[in-house]
Formats: sequence, structure tokens, C-alpha cells
Amino acid sequence: MPVSATHSQVIYDALKACGIRLLSVLPETWLVHLVSLAEEDPEMLLVRLAKEEEGVGISAGAHLAGVKSALLMQNHGLLASINGIVSLAQLYRIPLLMLVSHRGGFGEEHPWQTEGGGVTEHVLDALRIPYVTLETPEQVAPRLRQAQALAEASLKPVALLLCRGLMWED
Amino acid sequence: MPRMLRIDALRAIYPELSQCVVVTNMGAAPAELFSLGHQPGFFYLWHSMGLASSVGLGIALSRPEQQVVVIDGDGSLLMNLGSLTTLARYRPANLIHIVFDNEVLLSVGRSFTTATATGTDLAAMAAAAGVPRTATCHTEDELRRAFGEALAAHELSTLVAKVEPVGPPGYFIDLHFLESRFQFQRHLRRPAAGEGGQD
Repeated sequence: MPVSATHSQVIYDALKACGIRLLSVLPETWLVHLVSLAEEDPEMLLVRLAKEEEGVGISAGAHLAGVKSALLMQNHGLLASINGIVSLAQLYRIPLLMLVSHRGGFGEEHPWQTEGGGVTEHVLDALRIPYVTLETPEQVAPRLRQAQALAEASLKPVALLLCRGLMWED
Repeated sequence: MPRMLRIDALRAIYPELSQCVVVTNMGAAPAELFSLGHQPGFFYLWHSMGLASSVGLGIALSRPEQQVVVIDGDGSLLMNLGSLTTLARYRPANLIHIVFDNEVLLSVGRSFTTATATGTDLAAMAAAAGVPRTATCHTEDELRRAFGEALAAHELSTLVAKVEPVGPPGYFIDLHFLESRFQFQRHLRRPAAGEGGQD
């Protein structure tokens, strides 16, 4: 499968190094290896969601209870979660760490991904959510650590966009 | 015959509730629970409609030694029905999900009915989702008994309490949501040693 197993491992290791103990996820193609790694890790609480917005609530609960968490989803899941992000994570000052697979960018071959790909960064801007892209494996650990630091210092959501160059082996 | 009042139902289970970690939905339930006596383990989720059960799941998985109670409504649960399947999948033994079903969207000011007024059965939906213990309660005694049994069983439970579409005079509570949020966080993160410890 052209989803990068090597880079998925780099991302998973970086999540562990940040102390993430609970991972909420709605699986999609680019995230299959990450979900498998979490399933096989007895130290990780993996919560498989029915819809991504649930993960905003679950991460809020985990944070209030003192457990570091992340929400892993496709950019269309981000679009489906906006009210939860605004009315829970932002309103209640929750340091929500989101890892978002950025489908529909340059190189995308599936027509149905292209609309979401075109609006993702504009939506993050409109929501005033700080984000960075992850395009190479070298960027993963430092940017994830910095994103978590900013989320916890600001008590606000932050996003990391998992890009095609990192996730997909063309 | 009129159904029970939500405030009476809350009063019937308040002694046990006051010892639990409680996450409520928005609207009448938090205002009425607050009026019965705030506790540092009570958290009122204004807005974010539908997500109380997800917040409760996050807490229950993170702190399995704490008894968590989610207070939901029919309108709120109908906004996040998938949550029932996620609750059932992980089946946290320390989570009891109480749904006050008044069959309307009460807080909008006019009684727009929800689908429970036309036959949707939320306890049956929870059971069908895989929640191992469910009940529909029509009186304070039934709710008190079902809640006590769920606590004793230590099993994920959804208890639907059918209540009148009547709320408090107002929804204001003298506790800002951010003050409540930080107070609740401090309470949840306190050392696990004693039960019912104070901040």
C-alpha cells in the first residue's frame, strides 16, 4: 500500500514522545498504519469514533482529567467537527491537538477529495486555529512538540496538516 | 397523567449524584442541578450541544476509578446518536448516562417536539447500540432504583427518564462556565487517595 508505513511510525513515535496517552480517531486511508500502531500499543487508549466531532468531546474530557490526547482525522472530519471545536474546545479553553490528513491537495487523484482540500486551510484561518503542515519526516517531531506546547500554553486548539509528501509514496 | 418533573427526579438521586463526577448538557438540567447544590465534581456543558456524552466518555476512560454520570436530554442525544455506539464499543463500567426525555426542545421558548414525541425510543436505541444496561423510568422511585442498581452493577448504563416539558424560571447560574471548567479540572486531577475530597 502506498501509504508510508515508515513515516506513520515517525508520527506515532512523535505522539508518544509528547506523552499522548489517548488517541481518538476516525480511520481513513492515509491513517491506516497509525491506527494499527495505536491498536497494538497497550499503553495507548484508542477511541474509534463514529463521527469526528465526538473526538472533540473525548479530548476535552481527557484534558480535564489530566490525560494528554490527540484527535486524528481527515480534513473532511475537521469540517464535520466545527461546532464542537468552536463551542467546546475554543469556548471552554481546551488545548485540542488535531492531526488532520490533508486530502485534496496537489497530486490528489480522487475528485471527491478536492473541494475539502481547497477549503481546509481557509477554514482553519477563519477559526483562528494555528496550524503547520508536515511534509517531510524531519518536520514531524519538532513541529508536533511545538504544536502541543502552543496548545497547552494558549489553552486553544492547534492543528497539524499531514500532507501528501509525508503520507503517500507515489 | 402528568409525567414527573425533572427537578424532582434530580432531587431523588441527588445524594448519590453529589458523590459522582457529573457532566450535564445545556439548558434546564444544569440550572436545576445547580439549584439543588453545586459540587466541585459537577460540570455544566453550556452550548456544544450533543457532546456531554463524549466528554463523559473521555473522563471515564481517563479516570476509571471515578464514577462518572452524564446528564443528557432527548434533543442533545439526538444530535450525537453515534455516541451511543462509541460508548457501547468501549463500555466503560464507570459511566452512567441519564437522559431526561421531555420530548421537546424546551429552551428555545416554544415547545417544538423532538422525535421522541412521535415514537423514537432512546432506551431501545441505546440497547440496540450495545449499551449493556438500559431502562426507561417514569417515576422518581423508578429512577432512584434504576440509578442505584446501575451504580451497584458497575456497568455502562443508559437510563431514560420521561419528564414533563417544564423548566426552571431561568437558565442563569451564578458560576461562569470558565470558573466551573477550572474548578472541575482541579477536582478531577486531585490525588486519587480519598473519596469525595475537597479542592
